[in-house]
Amino acid sequence: MAMKRIGVFICHCGRNIAGTVDVKRVAEEIGKREDVAFSTTYIFMCSQPGQKLIEDSIKKYNLDGVVVANCSPTLHERTMRNAAARAGLNPYRVEIANIREWAAWPHEDNPEAATRKAIRIINATIEKLKANASLEPIEVPVTRRALVIGGGVAGMQAALDLADSGIETILVEKESSIGGNMFRLSETFPTLDCPQCILTPKMNDVGGHPNIKLYTYSEVEDVEGFMGNFKVKIKKKATFVDWDKCTGCGECLRVCPVHVDSEFDLGMAKRTSIYIANEQAVPLKALIDENSCIRLQFEKKVREGKIKPKKNVKICSKCADVCEPKAIHFQNNEEIVEENVGAIIVATGYEVVPAEAFPELGGKYPDVITALQFERLLAPSGPTAGVPRRPSDGKIPDSIAFLHCVGSRDPQNGVPYCSRICCMYTIKQAMLVKHARPDIAVYDFYIDIRSNGKGYEEFYHRAKEEYGVNFIRGKVSKVYKVGDKYRVQGVDTLTGRIIEVDVDMVVLATAAKGSSTVKELAKKLRIPYDEWGWLKETHLKLKPLETPVGGVFIAGAAQFIKDITDSVSQGSGAAAKAMALLAKPELEKEPLLAKVDQEICAGCGRCKDQCAYDAISIDPVRHVAVVNEALCEGCGACSANCPTTAIQVVNFKKGQIIRAVDILAEVF
Amino acid sequence: MKYTIKEDPHKNELVQKVIEISGENIFSCYQCGRCSSGCPMAEFMDVLPNQVFMFLQEGDVDTLLKAKTPWICAACFTCTVRCPVGLDLAAVMEAIRELQLRKNYDYIDPYKVEDREELPPIAMVSNFRKFTP
Repeated sequence: MAMKRIGVFICHCGRNIAGTVDVKRVAEEIGKREDVAFSTTYIFMCSQPGQKLIEDSIKKYNLDGVVVANCSPTLHERTMRNAAARAGLNPYRVEIANIREWAAWPHEDNPEAATRKAIRIINATIEKLKANASLEPIEVPVTRRALVIGGGVAGMQAALDLADSGIETILVEKESSIGGNMFRLSETFPTLDCPQCILTPKMNDVGGHPNIKLYTYSEVEDVEGFMGNFKVKIKKKATFVDWDKCTGCGECLRVCPVHVDSEFDLGMAKRTSIYIANEQAVPLKALIDENSCIRLQFEKKVREGKIKPKKNVKICSKCADVCEPKAIHFQNNEEIVEENVGAIIVATGYEVVPAEAFPELGGKYPDVITALQFERLLAPSGPTAGVPRRPSDGKIPDSIAFLHCVGSRDPQNGVPYCSRICCMYTIKQAMLVKHARPDIAVYDFYIDIRSNGKGYEEFYHRAKEEYGVNFIRGKVSKVYKVGDKYRVQGVDTLTGRIIEVDVDMVVLATAAKGSSTVKELAKKLRIPYDEWGWLKETHLKLKPLETPVGGVFIAGAAQFIKDITDSVSQGSGAAAKAMALLAKPELEKEPLLAKVDQEICAGCGRCKDQCAYDAISIDPVRHVAVVNEALCEGCGACSANCPTTAIQVVNFKKGQIIRAVDILAEVF
Repeated sequence: MKYTIKEDPHKNELVQKVIEISGENIFSCYQCGRCSSGCPMAEFMDVLPNQVFMFLQEGDVDTLLKAKTPWICAACFTCTVRCPVGLDLAAVMEAIRELQLRKNYDYIDPYKVEDREELPPIAMVSNFRKFTP
């Protein structure tokens, strides 16, 4: 039933619209239409009196449709629809005509044209509105469980907050222990807390929480479903050790003859082939690295037929021999588990670019390392017990140079953005070096010191005033070896001179990027990411934790590199978002979805191929397309591809759109 | 122009001398430049006041001893009043002048001054150590 009593409300938006568009004339022109019962203007339609005007007019003139001509519908469509609903009009009988961004702003120099264009936009919107159907929101059931991907500080915080609120939470971590990058750090700026002290309580809380199901050394394999109802397949990677039996005593580590670079220490120390991530790991369980274990490699080669096993040859099983609880079984215990959850929080964190990527800055030398590696050398629990030593010869250096912005703020050769945390951790590392050995000369080459956090600037001044750190403003161009030392060639832009200094060690504050595995995961979750591996939020300012996929939230450095304070805040924030979603027994969903006219549909399946949300299937019996309302996002890709117009998005039907386009396309 | 840092500037003897004479921690300067931007004499200086601090922080006192800036500084204290970290720049300038003076280098040979008998003695003495052109 086409509408006959439409109300048109034209907003001045202060001077934004009324400054260019003659709103009075627009209201008069539109008021001449037969199907328009009432038209008026008001200074701010989005204000409370503006909304009241709409409500009162609906009742007074018994309106059956409303067009509000104001700004973009992304801003106030919901405001206006809610106002209409309060007056008893179905909210889907309200349409927004965007005369600010489309008429007033682009034609400031031509008010006459802007006014005529505004009239035309409103006319087109009225034509579209007239065929709108009254709709009711769709209700979808919710699984009251949550999944958190990533066991760093943001993920742990999110999991703990969810679990504390009574929501059963699954935490998946790809490494064998939770803790993330924060657990690698020596101390934290600006308070100089030791992460091994302040993070372990959180780790133990996660490990022992009755509402948290922890899957470490696991990865998300597949995600199906939709907001409130996700089905997640999780791969528990092979550990070759029975974790139910393993007590984490560490006897096996003492006998293992194979030594390889430790992942936890980022190559700054060795670990055995059977290993425990670190001494404070949660869970404290041993696992075997398949790629270095003599026995597993041997067995693999036998399986592949590359070696024929000789009789009576004993293959290494030293770890199993000393294992009292008989936990080491050398069996591939990879398994896939399935979990149903209602919300997903992605907190996959960051990585830093390796030093090798910067050969001109000496990245090829062993004593030129990344700041994250240097954290391990400064950590009291690290391989050098907190005293910086050169990786090449173990000598305590006489001098160290720190280089800021290595690859950051460099769109030509690296990443365009500031990696945010480097200034502060470099200042902290310089301080810690001075703590450990005040005699070590420290040179800090920066281009700007960015210390924008609580207590950060004060921290920088402490380093300058009290600790004897030398700050030189200018980017270093090269680092090369001269004898036993490394010559750093930089510049002091403040005095305008080239600066040369010979040091024993160089620490590169390399650019941060999103976790290397995040792109694959993002594809599984269908959430967007950028070329640097940062997950994309819905709105940078106002929806930083949301993604375009309902029910999937992001937290911590997965969104963009951030410090611990911000990561923890976002962890809690994302948990709150998930809680709000899971608090209701049923979810309401916008009913603007694709609908199939089964009389016309030929079941060709072109819509199914186009659907980015896997919402369409072809009924095998009736051979027609069927839309899963819970999955459909109403994007319209199916409708554009349907050869028979059988599938269309409700209130965006072909006739509606074409009538509107016809008006807009008339010769001006 | 090139400068090679040979030792930790914090351990440089002359830098320590400047700190000792002036009583100011020259390393607390973070190069905002407010001293230079507000200095009424800056346009006549060869090294800007903020650069004086950068030279000190790099352990390069020699350059400053050759510079005219410390002698052009009028000790008006505008910079001292404005410095965000509370450095007394005028005291540091004075310290650099002191270091130069303590070298006891006479820039004028009194025996080559004509009519020296007629000059007041104080004018002669001040001229020995006059460094501004």
